[in-house]
Amino acid sequence: MHGSRLRKTLLTAMLLGPATAWLVVFLVLPFIAIAVFSVGERAPEGGYQAAFTFAQYANLPARATAFWNTMVLAPVGALACLLVAYPVAYYLALQAPQRWRLILLALVVIPFWTSLLMRTYAWMYVLGGRGIPALLAYIGFEDVRLINTPGAVLLGIVYGYLPLMILPIYVSLERLDRRLLEASADLGATPISTFLGVTLKLSLPGVMTGFSLVMILLLGEYLIPTLLGGGKVFFIGNALVDLFLQSRNWPFGSAIAITLVLVSVVVLIAANRISTRVSGARRVDLI
Amino acid sequence: MRAFVIAVFAFLYLPIALVVLFSFNAGHHASEFTGFSVQWYGKALANPFLVEALKNSLLIATTSALLAALCGTAAALGLARVSVRTRAVFDALLGAAIVVPGVVIGISTLVALVQLFGVVNPFLASIWPDDQPPRLALGYGSIIAAHGLFSMALVTMIVGTRLGSLDRNLVEASSDLYATPLTTFRSIVLPQILPAVVAGFLLAFTFSFDDFIIAFFVAGAQTTLPIYVFASIRRGVTPEINAIATIVLVASVLLVVLAQWQLRQRKPSN
Repeated sequence: MHGSRLRKTLLTAMLLGPATAWLVVFLVLPFIAIAVFSVGERAPEGGYQAAFTFAQYANLPARATAFWNTMVLAPVGALACLLVAYPVAYYLALQAPQRWRLILLALVVIPFWTSLLMRTYAWMYVLGGRGIPALLAYIGFEDVRLINTPGAVLLGIVYGYLPLMILPIYVSLERLDRRLLEASADLGATPISTFLGVTLKLSLPGVMTGFSLVMILLLGEYLIPTLLGGGKVFFIGNALVDLFLQSRNWPFGSAIAITLVLVSVVVLIAANRISTRVSGARRVDLI
Repeated sequence: MRAFVIAVFAFLYLPIALVVLFSFNAGHHASEFTGFSVQWYGKALANPFLVEALKNSLLIATTSALLAALCGTAAALGLARVSVRTRAVFDALLGAAIVVPGVVIGISTLVALVQLFGVVNPFLASIWPDDQPPRLALGYGSIIAAHGLFSMALVTMIVGTRLGSLDRNLVEASSDLYATPLTTFRSIVLPQILPAVVAGFLLAFTFSFDDFIIAFFVAGAQTTLPIYVFASIRRGVTPEINAIATIVLVASVLLVVLAQWQLRQRKPSN
């Protein structure tokens, strides 16, 4: 009996061993490494010199523009995504004809898994000089500048992250007990108050999951501001690429990365709190 | 409402359609379509740097997805056997591996590996018998490992979800009928989770093949297809990039459709 228990434990350890090693070596240790770097100093030739100082954190305002752009465009972008995504998710979950539903859902999932680089490139093409501005010039609006503006970055954000926003909202709306909607209508509620009091409230966990995921990924976004902002709209992601790959100030970069992770954690906790408080349910898991 | 939904789908697909259309443009200019031609595909595939980057990406995506599928499936099976508390810790780490932005995964892996190599390489040099000790450096290995982290977490979650919906009665019936645990696994559990494993592999492959930002930090001297394309885009939009983009988009779409189809496979009945 004892031997078989030992064997069982051994098997469990063997099953979990590789994944544990992977998580420790490539997630936990690297995180500890940047935490240590963030309280270190920059060596004269670039790179890292051991120290214990909060100077890197005190220096964060040096990248205030990147923080400002990110902290404005990430929530605004996530909100814009939400406003576009909700009606789509609502239609897919509650109104689309059954035989169309899976096809439409697949059409949402496919862009989610196709290269963000290629999809952002497509917009460079559309917004660039020979795209929409050329069409506008044709009908009389000369010299319209679309690419390399904050508006182009916002558009790219909505385009890039829309699928990620639609999916969790769809999941929470699809699970919704339709009898509640009928009950609300039977009890004399107007469609609007049914929507606000029942549908929206019960789909809030999906909304919060989508919002927090999109927001967190946007905090680290690099491609969209680089390709559609043309070096004029800097995000934290741009600051990190600069500090790690060009100016090689790793301790300062690490402090920014740690700050970014802390902000992400705050966003996640806040989103969780809101959805628990309003609808009594926790966040929706995507998978 | 329907009009709005149609407009959103048009918004999602029109820009991509435009890139695909212009990849077949005979002319050089992006503004007008002057005729059908596949010349840009020929030009793209005759570019040795591009072909090299494509080969690297295929190698990295295949390896990291295979490792992720194996380790992730094993982890999902293992997680079904541990206490609630251990499971919660594991789930939190897996969630972090998926949610932490790629840019943070990239830089933290870069920092950790550079520090590690700084210790290991002098050590290898000191114990090596001749003058040519192996030197660890960023490259295939670091990209595979960093991509595999996300992918492994993804596979664990997908397979774990499938395991959770597994019919326990079948497993119990099997052992009541004196099947060994291995037989039960092979004939009951494996057939039921296999579609999830395949879907996980395909999504992992797609993720690795498409990822730019993680590879950008940990690639060292190597070039992957997205890194090559990014560098080319910054030099300017060309029809050649449209051709590459079309190839990548078509490949991703096929893989994702295949993965979705696998996930929707009904459990084998009897």
